Amino acid sequence: MPRAVTTRRKAVTTLIAWTIGLLIFFPILWTVLTSFKSEADAIAIPPKFLNFDWTLANYVTVQERSNYFRHFWNSVVISFGSTLIGLLIAIPAAWSMAFVPGRRTRDILMWMLSTKMLPAVGVLVPIYLLARNTGLLDTRILLVGVLTLINLPIIVWMLYTYFREIPAEILEAARMDGATLRSEILYVLTPMAIPGIASTLLLNVILAWNEAFWTLNLTAARSAPLTAFIASYSSPEGLFYAKLSAASTMAIAPILILGWFSQKQLVRGLTFGAVK
Amino acid sequence: MKTTFRALLGATALCAAGSVAAQENVTLTVATVNNGDMIRMQALTSDFTEKHPGITVEWVTLEENVLRQRVTTDIATRGGQYDVMTIGTYEVPIWGAQGWLVSLNDLPEEWDADDLLPAIRDGLTVDGELYAAPFYGESSMVMYRRDLMEAAGLEMPDAPSWDFIKEAAAAMTDRDAEIYGICLRGKAGWGENMAFITAMANSYGARWFDEEWTPQFDSPEWRATLDDYLMLLTEYGPPGAANNGFNENLALFQQGKCGMWIDATVAASFVTNPADSTVADSVGFALAPDNGLGKRGNWLWAWSLGIPAGSQKVDAAKQFVAWATSKEYTALVAEREGWANVPPGTRQSLYDNPEYASVPFAQMTLDSINAADPTNPTVDPVPYTGVQFVAIPEFQGIGTAVGQQFAAALAGQATAEQALANAQALTTREMTRAGYPK
Repeated sequence: MPRAVTTRRKAVTTLIAWTIGLLIFFPILWTVLTSFKSEADAIAIPPKFLNFDWTLANYVTVQERSNYFRHFWNSVVISFGSTLIGLLIAIPAAWSMAFVPGRRTRDILMWMLSTKMLPAVGVLVPIYLLARNTGLLDTRILLVGVLTLINLPIIVWMLYTYFREIPAEILEAARMDGATLRSEILYVLTPMAIPGIASTLLLNVILAWNEAFWTLNLTAARSAPLTAFIASYSSPEGLFYAKLSAASTMAIAPILILGWFSQKQLVRGLTFGAVK
Repeated sequence: MKTTFRALLGATALCAAGSVAAQENVTLTVATVNNGDMIRMQALTSDFTEKHPGITVEWVTLEENVLRQRVTTDIATRGGQYDVMTIGTYEVPIWGAQGWLVSLNDLPEEWDADDLLPAIRDGLTVDGELYAAPFYGESSMVMYRRDLMEAAGLEMPDAPSWDFIKEAAAAMTDRDAEIYGICLRGKAGWGENMAFITAMANSYGARWFDEEWTPQFDSPEWRATLDDYLMLLTEYGPPGAANNGFNENLALFQQGKCGMWIDATVAASFVTNPADSTVADSVGFALAPDNGLGKRGNWLWAWSLGIPAGSQKVDAAKQFVAWATSKEYTALVAEREGWANVPPGTRQSLYDNPEYASVPFAQMTLDSINAADPTNPTVDPVPYTGVQFVAIPEFQGIGTAVGQQFAAALAGQATAEQALANAQALTTREMTRAGYPK
């Protein structure tokens, strides 16, 4: 039986939800607003909310000084490349863990997750040396590889959770009908898991897009993505907040737009399995 | 397996051949911080590439801490990602001694190494080898509001004492009008509050270590330094001073909220720029204060260009470094952007130039730099070089940890006594762990 929801209760919940939403969104809003301020307005005390002279000068400066599209393209290649390769590896892995678990499956899953618990800087020098010796420093291939490995545990875990929700009987029925392993995964499992796969893809693209340790430390001029683009606008001597905000806005805009259009899938995918 | 090995060998040979052929057409990767003078150099790169056809320049601009981490990883592993890197007077002695940098003693004669200011040159030289070419040098000095000083009935001497600074700070403070007598760095960090406090401590006769590398935070000189620093900021400083670094104080000063500000000489061109500063017309300059002990509380820093030993393009890199730090580059900036925007503080010839003498902060910058001695920074002898830092690898960590203690004292979370006791304990622990005395 559905619970009766009073209007008052609804109003309170709505208010709380909006307050939390605005609180979470506020830093982004402030960054966007600051990007239209002059450097002096950006640090004015008390802060100016909307009553400042709006200017596009910061965007002009950023355009003049940096090659935005090169960084943007590097970000696209690195984030989508690492996520797609990750999915290719993770779908079969999650299939086997969800539908034909062995005695050690849970341990393997926990072990995979444990690799995320090591501080990244602990392995910086070994990975840097490996990359140097293979001549891969400052290449997109290296970053795609490293980010694939870093996000793989999360991808496997997410897919594993979704796959567990799918009744094994359906796959069994396909097998009874003579489906091979390949067609079982490709034509039966994958279409049913599309919402889960889509949200995994989106979430991992966002994670890879925002990754700022390896992308800063393993790149120089050629393969630096948008994280390096943002980092180049912070200055130890001189005012930079407005220019930095303009660079940040340009860096997060593509992923924000992507998230906006796919929010339905994202929400569905993220809450999938949570509501029984 | 054999085939793979052969293919690899072949690929390696091709790569080697490629790099030999590339000598004709070289791409230099230059890593730098995002400071105004560096950005200007980036914009003027075409002058270099026109004079050196066959060399192209790629820029990697990063935030200071990210850059330091990035280039340290690269240079320590001889990664060879960068051909020229912007480094400071802290890194050069350490990296030079490690053999991580290419000696620049053989730069062409017309580059004129003897023209470099001695204090700056000494800070970049290890065992007679110059390991980096100074791009711009800075010290610290007092910047003050002439109008407020006059209204307070005081006159700033060219070389003030700390007692005068205290008196002036008290007289200029008007909390109701949001005017604070003095603004100083309070944000924790070896390059933030500790740069200022260490330089101030020198003028009080304090030192980080004695000749045996024993930490000295239990000395009366350090106590006097910290007491005065805390008193100045809590009584006459802006609210929340423990969060203020260079940029925050710059903003406060430009908005007319500080009577005095003791910080980097490079700030002079910002606070006198009418486009950003509301007080551009009324700024005066003076040497950093002293206590009559023969040392002033000013530091010395030079952003310099060094060539990592892992670079495959040392010749082209040397040509770039010689161009960017030459007298001709200075003339180029002066012609395009005016004398006030010339990178200051590296060459005597700039200060002998009558055209540059008209820049209001020129002489005070030179005097401040000349008043600092990185090899003999404080009253008593010390085993280290560096005015506002100690040029040992452990200093970044220790300096920041001590800076946090002092920032906590400023924020009222600890007393000066506790902060100094903690600083002494943690410095002793870290230095013992690092194996000092060496």
